Amino acid sequence: MAEKTPLYEEHVALDGKIVEFAGYLLPVQYPTGVIKEHMAVREKAGLFDVSHMGEVTFKGPDALKNLNYIITNDYTSLKPGRVRYGVMCYDDGGCVDDLIVYCRGENDYFVVVNAANRFKDVAWIKEHLTGDVEFEDVSDQYAQIALQGPLSGEILAPYTELPMKYYSYIDTTLFGKEVILSQTGYTGEFGFEIYCKPEDAPEIWRKILEDDRVIPCGLGARDTLRLEASMPLYGHEMDATVSPLETGLDFGVKMNKEFIGREGIANRVNRHRIGIKITGRGIAREHCDVYVNDQLVGHTTSGTHCPYLNGAYAMALVDQAYELGTPVQVDVRGRKIEGVVTALPFYKKESK
Amino acid sequence: MKTPEELKYAKTHEWVRFISDTEVEVGLSDFAQDQLGDLVFVNLPDVDAEAVEGEAICDVESVKAVSDVNAPVSGTVTEVNEALLDAPETINSDPYGAWLFRLANVTDTENLLDAEAYIKFCEEEAH
Repeated sequence: MAEKTPLYEEHVALDGKIVEFAGYLLPVQYPTGVIKEHMAVREKAGLFDVSHMGEVTFKGPDALKNLNYIITNDYTSLKPGRVRYGVMCYDDGGCVDDLIVYCRGENDYFVVVNAANRFKDVAWIKEHLTGDVEFEDVSDQYAQIALQGPLSGEILAPYTELPMKYYSYIDTTLFGKEVILSQTGYTGEFGFEIYCKPEDAPEIWRKILEDDRVIPCGLGARDTLRLEASMPLYGHEMDATVSPLETGLDFGVKMNKEFIGREGIANRVNRHRIGIKITGRGIAREHCDVYVNDQLVGHTTSGTHCPYLNGAYAMALVDQAYELGTPVQVDVRGRKIEGVVTALPFYKKESK
Repeated sequence: MKTPEELKYAKTHEWVRFISDTEVEVGLSDFAQDQLGDLVFVNLPDVDAEAVEGEAICDVESVKAVSDVNAPVSGTVTEVNEALLDAPETINSDPYGAWLFRLANVTDTENLLDAEAYIKFCEEEAH
């Protein structure tokens, strides 16, 4: 039985098309449609319910030590008020999940994990805890709302102070409600994520939507936005069979420290994540075979029509890092369509 | 949702406009385009291809997924609407203007629904 987020009634009232995702009933789109929702985030602002995401905490004298052992990144230098990405790996270097870590204070961390992996992650972490650390799954104590798009700051500014740096956060109030407000997101666009009490979520949601520069956006646009920005998604670009280095997450893997999966990652025959722009007629989705010079070299992990770039793009895991411009063929339902190796990310917002 | 009275419909959500007793024009219903969402790609059948009632003849793709278009009747493809190749969104904005293909020598028409029966069918499917 799928769970409802604290914003379920809002989605129904807005005529969202409800689907089950990661055990939750969430809108895949509103009547505006995926393309308009996608474009709203690139040009103005869009509001997402991401309350399905999981949250866990590590506290106590050995909290940092545990993070550094269980996660591929190094959190030693992470200061309170800052956020850092990381991956949890199995011994063989495959991915358990990817996540972001908020430093709340010395040996006090708040970690956000994928909804679909929450229970698996909690079990995995509990198996590997060492020393004096208090670990807790606090997912049910938080709702999460993402406001993404170039106007996000202007929209929130009258009601709160804002974290000024990318991957930083503050504890503040928004419309009088206590929130953790971070400058983070999963769209490749400027924006914020708001963690609040479940009972406060509907009022925050409605107040933000009173601004007519914002429209509500569903899971469909969330996926096209992250794909257009070439952000990896667990279950697609990475899973238990793929190492974080293979999928291009080098920046989040620190091989100079001891952590679960380090040897496994080092011993792998590496594949590479590449970007493909489809130049023929058609749209490559996930699990399509990819050919270079008639040789099967790998498969697509995600693909769709990218609304802002107005073309079909796919990411693929292949046997080597092909040069940009290399022609490829992608097998789409038995038909080989032409593509070309293209730089990742497909879309990058202009820096201000 | 619009469901013009003068058209016939298949349970797979194609509409059929009879040009004569043996010639039809086929498109996707308003219900279908709404369910599919924003369409971004259309694959049309080849002219002279044989359409077999109930079998996939071409496909359309939304941002989310690819969906087969089934032949609502049997016949021979005589013409395809090439204007849709560059403007698949027309199916969303004008579903009953955006015909996909025309068939001649039409047979196997007995499973088609009239508008009233099709509306009822969609209501049942939505629940």
